[in-house]
Amino acid sequence: MTIPPAAIDALRSLVGDQWVRSSGAALETYASDGLPTHHSCPGAVVIPGNAAQIVGVLRVLEQHAVPFVARGAGTGLSGGALATEDAVLVALTRLTHILEVDPANRRAVVEPGVINAQLSAATERFGLHYAPDPSSQSVCTLGGNVAENAGGPHCLKYGVTGNHILQLEVALPNGELATLGSPGGEPWGPDLVGLFVGSEGMFGIATKITVKLTPLPRAVRTLLADFSSLRTAGEAVTAMISSGIVPAALEMMDQKCVTAVEASIYRAGYPTDASAVLIVEVDGMTEAAVAEETRQVESILQSSGARTVTKASDPKQRARLWQGRKKAFGAMGRIDSDLSVQDAVVPRTLLPDILEQISRIGIEHGLSVCNVFHAGDGNLHPNIAFNGKDPVIRGRVERASNAIMHLCVEGGGTITGEHGVGLDKRHLMPLIFDPDTLGLMRRIRRAFDPDERANPGKVLPAHSCRERRTDHSNPRRDSTMDLEHHRPRHPHRNPALNDD
Amino acid sequence: MIDKQLRVLVGDRGLLGADATGIPRVAPHTDEECSLVLSVASSEGWRVRIEGSGTWMPTDAPADLALTTRHLAGVTDLNPADLVATVRAGTTWANLRATLLDQGAWVVTDPPGSGRSVGSIVATATSGPLRTGFGTLRDQLLGLTLATGNGEIIRVGGKVVKNVAGYDITKLAVGSFGAFGVITSVNLRLRAVPRVDTTMLAYGERDELLRAARSILEAGTTPAALEVVSPLATGQSRWAVVLRLLGSDAAVNADRLTIADAVAPITLKELDTSAAAQLWRTLLTQATAGETTLRLGALPTALETALDTLAHYVDEECDDWIMVSVAAGVVRWSGEAQPNRLRLLRGVCAQLEMPITIERAPWHVRSTIGHFGAYRENIGGIITSLRRSFDDRGILAVPLSDES
Repeated sequence: MTIPPAAIDALRSLVGDQWVRSSGAALETYASDGLPTHHSCPGAVVIPGNAAQIVGVLRVLEQHAVPFVARGAGTGLSGGALATEDAVLVALTRLTHILEVDPANRRAVVEPGVINAQLSAATERFGLHYAPDPSSQSVCTLGGNVAENAGGPHCLKYGVTGNHILQLEVALPNGELATLGSPGGEPWGPDLVGLFVGSEGMFGIATKITVKLTPLPRAVRTLLADFSSLRTAGEAVTAMISSGIVPAALEMMDQKCVTAVEASIYRAGYPTDASAVLIVEVDGMTEAAVAEETRQVESILQSSGARTVTKASDPKQRARLWQGRKKAFGAMGRIDSDLSVQDAVVPRTLLPDILEQISRIGIEHGLSVCNVFHAGDGNLHPNIAFNGKDPVIRGRVERASNAIMHLCVEGGGTITGEHGVGLDKRHLMPLIFDPDTLGLMRRIRRAFDPDERANPGKVLPAHSCRERRTDHSNPRRDSTMDLEHHRPRHPHRNPALNDD
Repeated sequence: MIDKQLRVLVGDRGLLGADATGIPRVAPHTDEECSLVLSVASSEGWRVRIEGSGTWMPTDAPADLALTTRHLAGVTDLNPADLVATVRAGTTWANLRATLLDQGAWVVTDPPGSGRSVGSIVATATSGPLRTGFGTLRDQLLGLTLATGNGEIIRVGGKVVKNVAGYDITKLAVGSFGAFGVITSVNLRLRAVPRVDTTMLAYGERDELLRAARSILEAGTTPAALEVVSPLATGQSRWAVVLRLLGSDAAVNADRLTIADAVAPITLKELDTSAAAQLWRTLLTQATAGETTLRLGALPTALETALDTLAHYVDEECDDWIMVSVAAGVVRWSGEAQPNRLRLLRGVCAQLEMPITIERAPWHVRSTIGHFGAYRENIGGIITSLRRSFDDRGILAVPLSDES
C-alpha cells in the first residue's frame, strides 16, 4: 500500500472507520470492472455517504497529493473504474437518493449512486421515465452513466446520456464544488455539462445530477425479424435508416449470439436457424400513429428479405423478446471463461460489409466472434468468448480486437460508441486523433485537474499528446511556430495511421 | 504592415481589403490557411475578430484583423443514406437547406435570423423553435473542425451518430461565440423530410396562451415546435401560440385531435403551407428586430416570472419581440437596452437560477456585460484555463464574461 497513512487516518475520521477499506481482501472486490482483461487493486477504498463527504475526501486527497478514481457500480467495460495501488478509489454506491422529482418540468435531481432503472421505476407513476437504458441498467449508476456518456438500445430515438443531463453539481479534484449548466438545461456559459459528460471521471466527481425525464410512450410494438444472412439483415438496417423512420430501437443479433441466448435461462424464442435477427421497437403517444409506423417497418423488413416478421404488443411478449437482447452478454459469458466485449461505431450503410469482414477477422485469428449490437446507430459490439488463462489465445483476442478497431476506423467510424476509452482503448486514440488534438485534450483536462490526479492514466495516451510550449518571456514569440517561414510545426496528419 | 504579412499567408485572393473600421479582412480558403493566419496572429499578438456572413453579430469588435469564413463554403460530403453531411462553416444556412432538400433530407433546426452562415449558427448555438421536438443545435452536431486561437487544427467527433472517444470538444465549441477558435466545418446529423408539416395558431392573452401550451404538452402530444410569441413577432395586436406538428399522417392527425381538446375553449387555426412558411420566416427573421437579442433559460413552470422580470427591466412598454419555447423553457427577446439594465436583469435572473446569454448585441454591450456575464462559483477559473488552452495569447476578441 502506498497511500500515506496520514491520508488514510484523515479519511477514516471523515467518513467513519467502516467506510474505508485498506486491506488486501477488501480491496480485491474493487480490482475489476466489467472488463475481464484488466485487474488492478487500489491502494484504499473510501465510501462517502453524501456530497459533503465527497468534498471532504477530495480535500484530504488534495492535501496528500493522492490520485483518486471514482466508481459507481463497476459495470464499465473499458477498465475506466480501476485504480492502481497509489490511488484511492472513491466508491459512490452509498449516494442513492433521488433528491427531487419535478413532473411538471419533467426533471429529476439524483445522487450519483442512484441506479438507472430505479429512477425510471420511481418516475413511472408520473408517466415519465429516464430514457437512456444501457444493458446494465438494473445495476449501473447514473454517476457512471454520466462519466461514460452511456448509451443503450432506446438511445436511437431518445438520445444518449448527454442528451438528458441538464445540470451537474461536481466536486472538482481540489475539493471545490461547482455547478455546471442550469436547472432547465440552458448552458450558463460555454457548455461545460456537454464537456463533463463522457469525460470518464477525469474532471471531478458528479455529486448531484439533474436529468431530463421523458414521457412514457402510450403505445409500443416490438417486432422480431429473422434473416438468412447477416448481409441481408445489415441491408435491412440501411433501408430502414434511409427511409427516414426512426424506431425507438433497432437491434441486431447474429446466429452465434442467438444460439447462446436460446441455450441460456434468458431464452426468448429467437429462431436459432436464422443467420441474424433484428429487434425493432416502435413507440409513440397514440395507437394510430404507432400502428401506421409498425406497418411501414414491417413492409421495409419484408422487402429487405426478412424470412419472417413477428409482432409483440402485449407487455409480457415484449419483455420476453427484450430479455434475450438485454441479457445476451450474460448468455455469451457461458460460452467460455472470459468474454471480450468490444464497442465501435461505423457508418450505418457500411454495416453489411463490416459485419462480413469482422467475421473474416475472427476466422483468421481462430476465434469465434458473436455480434449483438445497436444496429440503428451503427454501434457494433463484436464479442469474443475465450479462455483468458491461455496467453496464446489472449494474444489472438487482442490482435483480433485491434484488427476490428482498425477496420471500423478505416470505414469512417470510431473506436467507442458508449463504453468509453478507459484503459482498454487508450492505445487506439492516436488512430482517430492527431497529436495536436490529444495535446489539447490534455490541456482541457488540466483546466479541471491541474495535477492530473482524477482517474490518472485513462483515456489519453500521454506519449501521443503533443505538448504546447509557449515562451512567455517573449510575448511576441511562440516556440511552436517556425516564424521565419511562417509555417506551423504541426503536420495535420496522423502518424499512427501511417504506421499501419 | 499586417496586410503585407497576411498576403504572404493567404495570397491576394484571401485578402478582401479593409473593413469599415480600417482593419484588414482575411478570408482563408482552406483550414490550413485559417490555421496559418491564427498561428501568426498568435505569435505576433494580433487581435482577431471572427466573422461569418455579418448578418447576425455586429462586426464591430475592435481587432487588428477580421477573419471571415465566407470562402470556407460548400457541402463537402453528403451521404443521404447515412443521413450525415459535412458542411464548411461559411456555407449559408439557406444554401445548405436547399442542397439537403434536393436529397430529401434536412437538419432539424430552425435558427433565428436570416442570411446566416452555418459557422455563425453553431458558434452562437442559436437553436430555433424546433428544439422542442428535436433538441438543440448541439444534438444535431456529430463533430467539427476547429482552428484554435493557437493555430492548431483540431478535428473532433466524427461522422457517426454515436461517439464517446475522448472529451466532447464539439459540445464545448458549440455556443462558445468563437472564444476557442474558428469553426471551419461541421458534421451534421440529418433527418428525412417529414411527410406532414402542419402549423396551427391562436391569439389571446399571454398567460392564457402559456397555460394552453402547457396543456398541449400535458396531453401527451409531441409538437415539433410550441411557441408563445409577442405581438411584435406576429405583427398583430395580441400574443399568439404557434405550434408545428411533423411526422406521419396518423401521428399528426392523432395529435391534432388531442390538442384541440387540450386547448379548448381556445380554437387553433390551421395555416396553409405558404402561410405557415411565411409565418415561421417572419417570426425567425425578426429575431434581429432590436439591436440586442438575448436568450433566457427558465423552467417551463417559471416562464411567467421570467417574462415579467424581462418586462420590468428591459421591455417596460411590453412591445418588444419575444418568442417563448414553452417545453424547452427558453425565452428569446430582441430589443434595445443599455448594458446597465441588462446587467441588472441578469443579476436578478441569476438569483432565480435563470441564465441569460447575449446572443447578439453591439460591441459596447457585449464588451461591458459579456455574452454570459458572471459565472457561477468556481467556474470562472475553469473557463479562463480552457480559453488559455485553445488561445494562449488571448488573440480572439470574444468577451464571454463581464470580466473579459
